[in-house]
Amino acid sequence: MSRAETAVRTPSPLWTFGLLRSELATTFRRWRTLALLGVLAAVPVLVGVAVRIETGDGSSPAHGGGGDGPAFIAQITNNGLFLVFTALAATLPFFLPMAVGVIAGDAIAGEANTGTLRYLLVAPAGRTRLLLAKYATTMVFCLVATLVVAVSALTVGALLFPLGDLTTISGTRIGFAEGLGRALLIALVVAASLTGLAALGLFVSTLTNSGIAAMATTVGLLITVQILDQIPQLHAIQPYLFSHYWLSFADLMREPVHWDGLVKNLQLQTLYAAVFGSAAWARFTAKDITA
Amino acid sequence: MDEGNDGVIRTRGLTKRYRGGQLAVDGLDLTVPAGSVFGFLGPNGSGKTTTIRMLMGLIEPTSGTARVLGHAMPRSSRAVLPRVGALIEGPALYGYLTGRDNLLRYDAADSTADPRTRRARVAAALDRVGLTAAAGKKAKAYSLGMKQRLGLAAALLQPRRLLVLDEPTNGLDPQGMREIRSLIRELACDGTTVFLSSHLLDEIEQVCTHAAVMTQGRLVTQGAVAELAAGARGRLVVTTPDTGEAARVLKEQGVGDLVVGEDRVTGDPPERDLAEVNAALVTAGVRVRGFGLERASLEDAFVALTGEGFDVAG
Repeated sequence: MSRAETAVRTPSPLWTFGLLRSELATTFRRWRTLALLGVLAAVPVLVGVAVRIETGDGSSPAHGGGGDGPAFIAQITNNGLFLVFTALAATLPFFLPMAVGVIAGDAIAGEANTGTLRYLLVAPAGRTRLLLAKYATTMVFCLVATLVVAVSALTVGALLFPLGDLTTISGTRIGFAEGLGRALLIALVVAASLTGLAALGLFVSTLTNSGIAAMATTVGLLITVQILDQIPQLHAIQPYLFSHYWLSFADLMREPVHWDGLVKNLQLQTLYAAVFGSAAWARFTAKDITA
Repeated sequence: MDEGNDGVIRTRGLTKRYRGGQLAVDGLDLTVPAGSVFGFLGPNGSGKTTTIRMLMGLIEPTSGTARVLGHAMPRSSRAVLPRVGALIEGPALYGYLTGRDNLLRYDAADSTADPRTRRARVAAALDRVGLTAAAGKKAKAYSLGMKQRLGLAAALLQPRRLLVLDEPTNGLDPQGMREIRSLIRELACDGTTVFLSSHLLDEIEQVCTHAAVMTQGRLVTQGAVAELAAGARGRLVVTTPDTGEAARVLKEQGVGDLVVGEDRVTGDPPERDLAEVNAALVTAGVRVRGFGLERASLEDAFVALTGEGFDVAG
């Protein structure tokens, strides 16, 4: 230790990102995070294998595609790229948001639970800076989780089914390269769809000193909202539920693209992020840290 | 530096009332002189930890002010805390990270910490608390003493002007306690002010230059340790096999608060010349084997001030 050099320390503004880097490294090296991503990666494998078995040698769909499974499932046998869309449609209602709920809910409450929060704050991390690092990390997790599903689905789709030009919902044909581009765009939209929930989870996380309670509350809210969104009598409030426009990402597979639902979805996510982000900030910066 | 005449820590009327109405700290006026090793004493539940948390900007005071290194807390946390190392209510670690990675993370949390020297400073801190060999082990595999050392290392990542150590020898074996005490003395010699809370009175007496005593949220006394101990009066001790007769004579001689033991009698010394008291004992036929004043310890001072045993919860 060089006690002599204590006099001159001119911090660089770049040093402030050390916390974010540490936060990302800590989150993504954790076994729990890797397990969540592993589960998400397994979903496309299950769907792909199930479709493959159901359609025998992969020649044509056995039941004429009349089922009511996730969107695009009937087209998978013709083009493995559709497995990406199917897998995202299958994981977006629960698997993806549950994983995000775990990460967001644990963000502050988990640190409070182990007592590490007080040491981060006396380091000093700064409350606003810590909250921003936590939210940024959760958003990165949204993106990584979505990409894990997409990449796993693309790999499984390419291994089990033919690839090639694809037919959009509107009936037009687009090339494989453009199809791939749309798949990436859809993954980004799906990741963005989760940012509202991430802000909600972070707010819940500032309310308690128990990581488990915060995770359970966030996932509980998700399930409640998904149920409310299914009750026809509640149609008046449904446009304000964060999950209401989630499946609008399918509109990116139309020709031309229907932007209406997509824009509404992104607006709603921004609104949730702003409202609950501010609430989390107001709560966390004024909170007595007794844990 | 601006804290020179202000004290490294200075609180005025510092008060915390929790939401539920419980008054945890009540009008605290604390002054910690620069360069001191300051012992902060009090029974469990006396408000020590709440005070430390207010000083560190973790808890907002209900009223009153707290200044640390000359700046108001919690407002100036970002400016003050990089120069303060703290161990608060035991260490807290990421069990799934190694000891070294724990320190790297805490160092990264400080935006004034130079990332280019981070690894070297972490290695130096680990070395200073004797954890170099265990640095690559996951923290969940650490013993309580090792965790305590790692917590201390986190407080020593940077050269500090003030160290706030809450029960730093908790969980350590006697050898570890000695090491930590000599580390504290070493740091104090370098000019670091050390604010040390402890329930071990002899620990305070061994390492501290100053002390303050709290009970039930209030400050009972503060000052130099030597003066505090001197403030409590010593005890007159008479060693004799004839305890009953000795007690009777001592009472006649005006010795109060008599305590009769197996082969000794103690009491508050009277105003008169002690030689006369001794002569009276001998005249009455008491076989006096020992006669003298016992110097007051800090513990006596503490009991005199708080009217209770030290480990009694307040």
